[in-house]
Amino acid sequence: MTNLVRHRLFWPSAVLVLLLASNVFFAPRFFTITLQDGHLYGSLIDILRSATPLALVALGMTMVIATGGIDLSVGSVMAISGALACLIIGGLPDQDSVAGVLIAVGVALALSALLGVWNGVLVAVIGIQPIIATLILMVAGRGIAQLITDGQIINVSSAPYRVIGAGYLFGIPVSVIIVAVVVAAAALIIRRSALGVLVESVGASPTASRLAGIRARGLTITAYVFAAFCAGIAGLIFSSNVASADSNAAGNLIELDAILAVVIGGTALTGGRFSIAGSVLGAVLISALDITTYTIGVPAETTLLFKAVVVVVLCLSQSAAFRAVVFRRRNPAPVTPAVEVSA
Amino acid sequence: MIGISAPPQPETAVVAPRRRRGLDRRHIPVLVTLGLLVGMYGLGVANYDNFSDTQVFLNIFVDNAFLLVVAAGMTFVILTGGIDLSVGAVVALTTVVAATLLHAGWPAVVVLPLVLLMGTSLGLGMGAVIHYFKVEPFIATLAGMFLARGLSLLINRNSIPITDPFWTAMAQNRIRFGPGIFISTSVVIALVVVLIGAYVLAYTRFGRNVYAIGGNADSALLMGLPVKRTRIAVYTVSGFCSSLGGVLLSFYMLSGYSLHAQGMELDAIAAVVIGGTILTGGSGYLFGTVLGVMVLGMIQTIITFQGDLSSWWTKIVIGILLFAFIVLQRLVTRRTT
Amino acid sequence: MGDPPILQMTGIRKAFPGVVALDGVDFSLRPGEVHALMGENGAGKSTLIKVLTGVYGIDAGDIRLGGTPVRFGGPLQAQHAGISTVYQEVNLCANLSVAENIFIGREPRRFGKIRWAEMRRRSAALLEGLDLHLDVTAPLSAYSLAIQQMVAIARAVDVSAKVLILDEPTSSLDASEVDRLFEVMRRLKRDGVAILFISHFLDQVYAIADRMTVLRNGRLIGEYATAELTQMQLITKMIGKELNVLERLEEEPRTVTAGADAQPIVEAHALGRSGAIAPFDLSVRGGEIVGLAGLLGSGRTELARLLFGADRPDNGRLEIDGKPVALRTPRAAMTHGIGFSSENRRTEGVVAELSVRENIVLALQAARGWSRPIPRRKQDELVARYIDTLGIRPADPELAVRDLSGGNQQKVLLARWLITEPRLLIVDEPTRGIDVGAKAEIQRLLVELADGGMAILFVSAELEEVLRLSHKIEVLRERHLVEELDNTGGGVDADRVMQAIASGANP
Repeated sequence: MTNLVRHRLFWPSAVLVLLLASNVFFAPRFFTITLQDGHLYGSLIDILRSATPLALVALGMTMVIATGGIDLSVGSVMAISGALACLIIGGLPDQDSVAGVLIAVGVALALSALLGVWNGVLVAVIGIQPIIATLILMVAGRGIAQLITDGQIINVSSAPYRVIGAGYLFGIPVSVIIVAVVVAAAALIIRRSALGVLVESVGASPTASRLAGIRARGLTITAYVFAAFCAGIAGLIFSSNVASADSNAAGNLIELDAILAVVIGGTALTGGRFSIAGSVLGAVLISALDITTYTIGVPAETTLLFKAVVVVVLCLSQSAAFRAVVFRRRNPAPVTPAVEVSA
Repeated sequence: MIGISAPPQPETAVVAPRRRRGLDRRHIPVLVTLGLLVGMYGLGVANYDNFSDTQVFLNIFVDNAFLLVVAAGMTFVILTGGIDLSVGAVVALTTVVAATLLHAGWPAVVVLPLVLLMGTSLGLGMGAVIHYFKVEPFIATLAGMFLARGLSLLINRNSIPITDPFWTAMAQNRIRFGPGIFISTSVVIALVVVLIGAYVLAYTRFGRNVYAIGGNADSALLMGLPVKRTRIAVYTVSGFCSSLGGVLLSFYMLSGYSLHAQGMELDAIAAVVIGGTILTGGSGYLFGTVLGVMVLGMIQTIITFQGDLSSWWTKIVIGILLFAFIVLQRLVTRRTT
Repeated sequence: MGDPPILQMTGIRKAFPGVVALDGVDFSLRPGEVHALMGENGAGKSTLIKVLTGVYGIDAGDIRLGGTPVRFGGPLQAQHAGISTVYQEVNLCANLSVAENIFIGREPRRFGKIRWAEMRRRSAALLEGLDLHLDVTAPLSAYSLAIQQMVAIARAVDVSAKVLILDEPTSSLDASEVDRLFEVMRRLKRDGVAILFISHFLDQVYAIADRMTVLRNGRLIGEYATAELTQMQLITKMIGKELNVLERLEEEPRTVTAGADAQPIVEAHALGRSGAIAPFDLSVRGGEIVGLAGLLGSGRTELARLLFGADRPDNGRLEIDGKPVALRTPRAAMTHGIGFSSENRRTEGVVAELSVRENIVLALQAARGWSRPIPRRKQDELVARYIDTLGIRPADPELAVRDLSGGNQQKVLLARWLITEPRLLIVDEPTRGIDVGAKAEIQRLLVELADGGMAILFVSAELEEVLRLSHKIEVLRERHLVEELDNTGGGVDADRVMQAIASGANP
């Protein structure tokens, strides 16, 4: 039992369960999932669907944070990716051409990855602090997205493109399947290859890693490329879902939510040990929070307050100074579940 | 090398500092920005009719007075090596609270100090969390941002018009220098804030401590400087400046709206960086920040005059400038250390 | 010299969990003297300074300043009472001007406004007093480290002029800069300032110090007038000759397997790096343990790092198997079969967050690249074998390394390199700060590895250990490799090495 409580995903999971349960009082049919026209419907499905872009961005952010960095530009990359895909599709003679859509998707993702290279080079080669390095693309990226769309919201009416964000396969939303596949593939690659342990080593101790012969530069750039790639997919899902490219709305403030999701998932902002499952859970938790406020009928804005509280609580529980102040008086023994969970 | 009683030998008489040729390295980034500004102005004058009108230039201040105040506060924070992401949200919160209270019939004389106090206390709180609990400034002020934006949305989701006579007077009051040449009261307030800030940074112990902490916080502590007090104080200053910026914005907009000043933290950071302050702290001037704000304003003005250039070029150009200045900083600091 | 001491510390004891850092140490300092505090790593020098300046409290003993008992709550309080410290790394703000660095926190003011002109005038005057003529408006970063050091001293003296602690101020200065610093110190001495001086450089100590206090393993060895103690005697007192209990038990004969005619694995020709180690020649053969002996700061670690590519040489060349190579990175060294276990176990060695297994496979994995993971079964097998061979406790491969004791962390680090099957293993202080049992095990392991044909470069501050294990001893002194002693058959004794350290001529 104590092992369960001490597991680093215990508290986020508990909060998620509580959050979902609290909905039942306001919407008795909250947990009901129905099948209509071969599609699954229900609040739980909504939560998963709305969590998809965030989960992807959080996945990429996890890798960057694990190397000891941060990526503020993910929201802008989302906007650029969506904008470029919509621009290409809008220019197709036949918007319903599957091949054309695939090309659009491929080009958008390639550009996203390229932007990741830019970030990675600034951080790992030029040696600029990650926050500052990615701030550049964060600011300029939205301008680039608007440049691509010429400041307009590009509407597309492409059935194949629409599938990405709004389609269903075997009754399950395609976006959810995409995220599941990407997360599973990433987890498989990271844990099956030595990527995970090498990244963790670089994030936890750059000096020791160098003396162990690890080439940190390549790993760091890879992490930023991966983050941008994930943001690119997220941008496609977002724009496909609304069948348009909105350079202002796409990924607005998502970098902050993603960082929050990563921290909730138990990855420390200082780098090192990371948890992909934790970050995905964090993304679902944030999405559930949004949907819950909607169900309960409180203004959606309260989620921001809640997030503020979560950030403060999580960071204070990670802060050694805070623990020292709080636990010195109450409990001389350092190992308490509350402390363990925060790790 | 030299005996105690020996007369000082010529080659040891004066130790010349390494690499000093007339120009102080610390001034290079500011001078680059100044050159950039003059170049942009020249470009504008050469290409567009009426660009040389005095009022075109003054409007840069009229339209950016609130940003100038916010960026001034941000300069203090960045000089210590910190960052404040909450400024935009605090600006919005200030406009919303001010508008709500005024709407409820509170007198301006009460509302004004109240909102300033609120912003200042928010800054104080964030500073305390950062210092006492060793939470990264990035995260602590991110929480502050969520908190302030959330509060303002909670208070009112819609834009609240302000009809208070004092506010409208401040909005409409013009200080005229001639026909069609004027500035608003907000510009005067902003410039006063900048002057006071510059004086504090240059001529008070608090100001010098800000630089010392940005240069080397550990050393500052060992030299007996009040690191704790100073670090908390810069976030308090930034909180105050944000709320004052909010007041100026509400003069400008005559409304309180929770979505005001979206992304203003980025503009403020950009202005500070383009103004030559080094993001890792310890080097920079408030005068540079004024130039930085002017550069941002000048970009917008040029894009407006060009007409067929769209507004997003602003962001792209700011991004390019950020990149250029950050790389410049990197080169300057790399060569010094 | 008959002055009563300004500072008197008696019977100082300070214990940390598991180790007594200072035990019954006495120390006294007279006005107008330069008093050197001598000792090797772990002797207790820095603890004594921290106790004096209030960074640590003391468990027993008495500190008197000017005859009055004092206990400081921190360096600031100590400073107010008249004790200032200047560290090796200049603790000033390089971004501020020279004048500000001297006066910050106590600037001359009128109505709260800093009087810059006054401040510049006074700081210039103060520096003139030390025979330094600087542009006080220039940022401190515009000046060399030596000048920065002296500005720090000027500040310290102006803040409080009774006791000045100089903690390795000369480490990064060149000879003429050291002369300048000594000039300043002599001036201060004449003004009656009591100076506590710490330096690794014996020549410097002999040049400037009036008296010296020697510590070893947290105990007071004695206080001596510099003139009455030869360098040889000093070194003997610092590194000692007594065998500890364990070492007396372990009297293993050194087996000689190194073939003198064999081709050296690594050969350095005039390899060097300015500021770190003067150009040196060195060769290491398979089956040979080469020991590096020398005092702290003599360049032992710097030499080792060059051979591993952790730092880049700016002089000379390196040959591996007779072919010239350039080791730009540790990784390049690894491809040539070189492994390196750092003396800074926690910061440069193990990755504390990761598990024992992950730490052990780290270097091998890094060599293979991320895309070729070591199969988990292979990992488990390797890790289990080395946990067993080296006796890593607790024997749980999934435990985070931070939860292991120092000795076991060291074994994990050794295991990391052993599984890469290196031809040359460089071990820097592998036995420092670990318990006696683990120490003996690690020593035995190194001997076995050499017997198996591996070349080992062994760095240790403990002379006895170096003597007992090494076939060949390279003696370093003040960043120069001064002598090579053939120890096959154990012909060299501690006296011989200490003599080399004491009198070795710098080339």
